[in-house]
Amino acid sequence: MSNTINDIEVLRNRISHGETTARAVVAAAVDAAENLNDSLNAFLQIDRAGALSRADEIDKSLWSSNGDGAASPALAGIPIAIKDNICVRGLQTSCGSRILGDYQPPYNATVIERLLAAGAVVVGKTNCDEFAMGSSNENSAFGPVKNPWDILRVPGGSSGGSAAAVAAGIVPVALGSDTGGSVRQPAALCGVVGLKPTYGRNSRYGLVAFASSLDQVGVFARSSRDVARVLGVICGRDSHDATTAEVAVPDYTAGLKNDVKGARIGFPRSLFGAGLDPEVRTAVEAVVAAYRDLGAEVVDVELPNAKYSIAVYYIIATAEASSNLARFDGARYGLRAEDAPELRQMYRKTREEGFGAEVKRRIMLGTYVLSAGYYDAYYGKAQQVRSLLKEDFRKAFESCDAIITPTAPTPAFLLGEKADDPLAMYLNDIYTVTANLAGIPGISVPCGLSSNRLPIGFQLLGAHWSESTLFKLAHAYEVARPFNDRPPISSDN
Amino acid sequence: MPITEADVEKIAQLAHMEITPEELRVFAPQMADIVAFVEQLDELTMSDIEPALGGLTREGEQTDSARDDVATPSLGQELALAEAPDAASGHFRVPKVL
Repeated sequence: MSNTINDIEVLRNRISHGETTARAVVAAAVDAAENLNDSLNAFLQIDRAGALSRADEIDKSLWSSNGDGAASPALAGIPIAIKDNICVRGLQTSCGSRILGDYQPPYNATVIERLLAAGAVVVGKTNCDEFAMGSSNENSAFGPVKNPWDILRVPGGSSGGSAAAVAAGIVPVALGSDTGGSVRQPAALCGVVGLKPTYGRNSRYGLVAFASSLDQVGVFARSSRDVARVLGVICGRDSHDATTAEVAVPDYTAGLKNDVKGARIGFPRSLFGAGLDPEVRTAVEAVVAAYRDLGAEVVDVELPNAKYSIAVYYIIATAEASSNLARFDGARYGLRAEDAPELRQMYRKTREEGFGAEVKRRIMLGTYVLSAGYYDAYYGKAQQVRSLLKEDFRKAFESCDAIITPTAPTPAFLLGEKADDPLAMYLNDIYTVTANLAGIPGISVPCGLSSNRLPIGFQLLGAHWSESTLFKLAHAYEVARPFNDRPPISSDN
Repeated sequence: MPITEADVEKIAQLAHMEITPEELRVFAPQMADIVAFVEQLDELTMSDIEPALGGLTREGEQTDSARDDVATPSLGQELALAEAPDAASGHFRVPKVL
């Protein structure tokens, strides 16, 4: 599949015109998922039988349409991996947690319904930090995902399994969720493209809630064009999620030309200072120069309140998590602790046995910041700073079309390196949490390798609903400076 | 305000979580660190700033999410109970409350 994995349109055309079959493509993906799972631990469940039978259905429907490839659905026969916090009927949804384990949801998430209607084939559920809480994947109850570029290093998190699966060439596209960078940061650390759309662009129905005002389903692929194609399929208003907005869905792939002349790229100088790895800084500054060469104008922008974003994020995200995760109590689904003869005891023991350390820490922090006497000092104040941050971005986008930053301050770090220091781990999200707090879209694009051959990514942030602009800019960069390196652990090898 | 082991114990109770002495020893200083970190927001004076609540985009706020009050098919009892640890007579059965 290596020749076509950068362009699902080519893959779809080959399937639709009988040059290959959905079965062959899906079988290759399932084989690769199985063969590489011992080394990567990217999948928590691989659905060989279900995926192959679905691929056969796609092949049959294509034959019966007389090989008219143009009429085939947008993702006909395209294998896709789904983060294990997004509900797929018939498969498990563990959220990387013992408290759900092999829980099987009785319905599909809206994004899954839309993928299936477009002919995509789900090959399996990918490993992630427990309930999407983490930046390294080490918080999964089922062991960490390994980075395909160096299996001693983290893939990033929380959607590390989806990022690793795309980076290793197992699937051309995967879904993740992004609450504070959980798509963009692992995309950067694994050398793939990752998008978090505008809040309200994608339905959250069937995405297990972590922090409802921040969560969005995001997309991984090896090119921004493929991300654009998949976003166009899954996004839009959904009556099951009242926060999805009535905003027209453009053809995201239509405007992808190599011309960015006249585009204005905002450069927030203050975010390129202390704490940023020098190699990452050099790589992202080279991207800025590349955009200049392409005819874009680079303008200085200020985000004076961005420095407070981690503090604001870890108040709001934990507060919402403490409320959302109250539902895991052993009563209706998932784990129930034994030997608890009384109801409250059953709740407490179930949650003690079922949740891992990071989830417990965040539930307790959230409980604390919302508790009587502290609410105004923490949660109320964080919501005010969130207003300031939204206003910072509104002003910045008056003078530019997109803002460029690194996606993460360093390339992939070693497994275990930050495991005992949650605050150090949180600081890794410095460049990504702002987009979730302001509700704006962000995309991470690979821009080279460090001296020890680890991927580096840059991030473009746009105003609300400006995904088309981000895709245009990202695509132009990809054409000008192609990233063709492949990790040592890969189905291409 | 520094967070102590006693605070963490109380918070765990509020959050319906049992907590082991070992967890208490590890979590208390970690949570104290994190709370001290987020208190950097205290350096801002913001009495007249409106908190960001509700939809995050103007378009999201303007989208009418009301629908006609018409019953539509739902999961049904059997499916809703399918994953229950202990279902009985069409209900979720839990240990006694008192």
